[in-house]
Amino acid sequence: MLEKITRRLIPASPFGLLVLIFAMVPVITNSPYKLNVASHILVWGLFAVSFNMLWGITGMLSFGQALYYGLGAYSVGLMVEYLGSTWFLPALAAGLLMAFVLSFLLGLLVIRVGGVYFTMLTLAFAQLAWQITFKWYDFTGGDDGIQGIIPPGILQNRIVYYYFVLLLVFLSIWTLKRMAYSPFGMILRCIQQNPERIRFLGRRVRRNQLRIYMISSFFAALAGGMMAGVDSSIHTDMLLWTTSGEAILMSVLGGISQFFGPFFGAAVFILLEDNIGAVTEYWPLIIGSVMLFMVIIFPKGIVGEALGLKVRFGKTGTGRSS
Amino acid sequence: MDTSFFFTQLISGLTIATLLFLVASGLTLIFGVGNVFNFAHGSFYMLGAYFGYQFSAVWGSNFFLTLVMTGICAGLIGMVVEFLFLRRIYGRANEGGFQILLTYCLILIIDDLVKLIWGAEYKSLARPAGFDGAVQLGDIFIPAYNLLIIGVGLMAVILAWLILSRTRAGRVARASAVDREIVSVLGVNVPMTMTLVFGIATALGGMAGTLAAPMRTVTPGAGIEVIIDSLIVVVIGGMGNFWGAWLGAILIGEVVAFGVAFVPKWATLFSFLILVIVLVFKPEGLFSARRTR
Repeated sequence: MLEKITRRLIPASPFGLLVLIFAMVPVITNSPYKLNVASHILVWGLFAVSFNMLWGITGMLSFGQALYYGLGAYSVGLMVEYLGSTWFLPALAAGLLMAFVLSFLLGLLVIRVGGVYFTMLTLAFAQLAWQITFKWYDFTGGDDGIQGIIPPGILQNRIVYYYFVLLLVFLSIWTLKRMAYSPFGMILRCIQQNPERIRFLGRRVRRNQLRIYMISSFFAALAGGMMAGVDSSIHTDMLLWTTSGEAILMSVLGGISQFFGPFFGAAVFILLEDNIGAVTEYWPLIIGSVMLFMVIIFPKGIVGEALGLKVRFGKTGTGRSS
Repeated sequence: MDTSFFFTQLISGLTIATLLFLVASGLTLIFGVGNVFNFAHGSFYMLGAYFGYQFSAVWGSNFFLTLVMTGICAGLIGMVVEFLFLRRIYGRANEGGFQILLTYCLILIIDDLVKLIWGAEYKSLARPAGFDGAVQLGDIFIPAYNLLIIGVGLMAVILAWLILSRTRAGRVARASAVDREIVSVLGVNVPMTMTLVFGIATALGGMAGTLAAPMRTVTPGAGIEVIIDSLIVVVIGGMGNFWGAWLGAILIGEVVAFGVAFVPKWATLFSFLILVIVLVFKPEGLFSARRTR
């Protein structure tokens, strides 16, 4: 009995371990800066994991998830700006609803063309949204963005907001993980491997692709909406193509074939950015070069390569590495 | 609408279309021959603009010599990039994704290198002597430089097309697109062909950048706008369709030119509008016979 309880409580999975580590952050440190970095890792982690459901699992490389990330953020930012901070949570919900509808409509369009054209069309639509936000100065604040987005009531407390983010992020990641290992997730993996065969087996490839596109976009919007509260501000860069690009880089850094790879990638990426960005403004040059060699030499990413090593040196013997 | 205004916009649209097509044709070329998608193609356009600035404005070289030099430099850099990096991921699972990722890293690197070398502020390039005025046709004045772009662009594209369709090297390139293995068994150095094709494509992109530099500002980050525009062109025209891309470029060029005249603030949105309409009604592209599934 006792053994059963401890086995349940002591996290053996990376998931439980992650929750524990992040839950401890406000206990260990009271530096607002470190809390902010931890929140960034959480939010970007969710964004990267949701992105990777599309690429790593289903094989659809979207270069436009910034569109939904920005949609979530601007939904929260604009509603709080124009209607007051009590609207924070309804705005978050509204952003999710809009992402749901928009990803359905755009998904119908972009899924019709496959491969790199899917990638480029998702990029094109995200850039369209960026341009509209950039030029519609009267409504969106254009390049200035919007500052001073304060969550309502008790969420104003930094630590409470951190736990709010933690809860939402891990609920979402847990949901996504359940999805990834469900029959639906298996169909998605098969779509990546052999869409033709899935069609012969009587499954609708397009319909499943549309579903995962909508799901991924939904969680991207959630990440964006939470980020508006973490930084108390929104800006057009959230919709820029580099935001989508960072989600891709994080995923590859961590490993796209592993469910948690992108989350680790996000953590490493943000910690690196934090440290290198303080030293030099040529951060993109450095991360670009690092990723270039990563792509060529370690395409499996940090988590993928680590699991590969574990299998090779036979610690557990069972290698669920791919 | 009076005729002189109409013709001015028409020529302006053709100018945009030529520049777009120069970039888009390079993109289609490497995609058609090597099945490589070069996301960094726009960065070669941007490099071309900076080379143009360096050769012409800083070193005072003749504009046409500059154009040739830019083509050679951009082509050489393209070949080095293909040889050092892209070549290593051919044939890998999920290759398309890794190509985009690798070339995305190149965009980051090239953008930052350009900032390191030339600084982040805008640069500008004067129009070459003899082409800074306007040509009078009846009562219509057309900027001479626009005509130059249209002329040079047409020449470059026709030359590229002739090489591809009439020479042995072109035949080898097209054959490699169909079946690499057989071509290599026949004793052709297929990887070398691919490197050369990559060089020709990036040379076209670089020359487009130099040609565009006197009309637009030279700035880091110009690459991404160009790559999206030329992608819209390729998708509208029908994927891998050389002449479809040409018609797509003219369509987008004219729509943007007239859009700028009437709603300057939102003109850039029109090309997306066309893209959406095409995708809804004819996702395989306007001029493609082949249906995409």
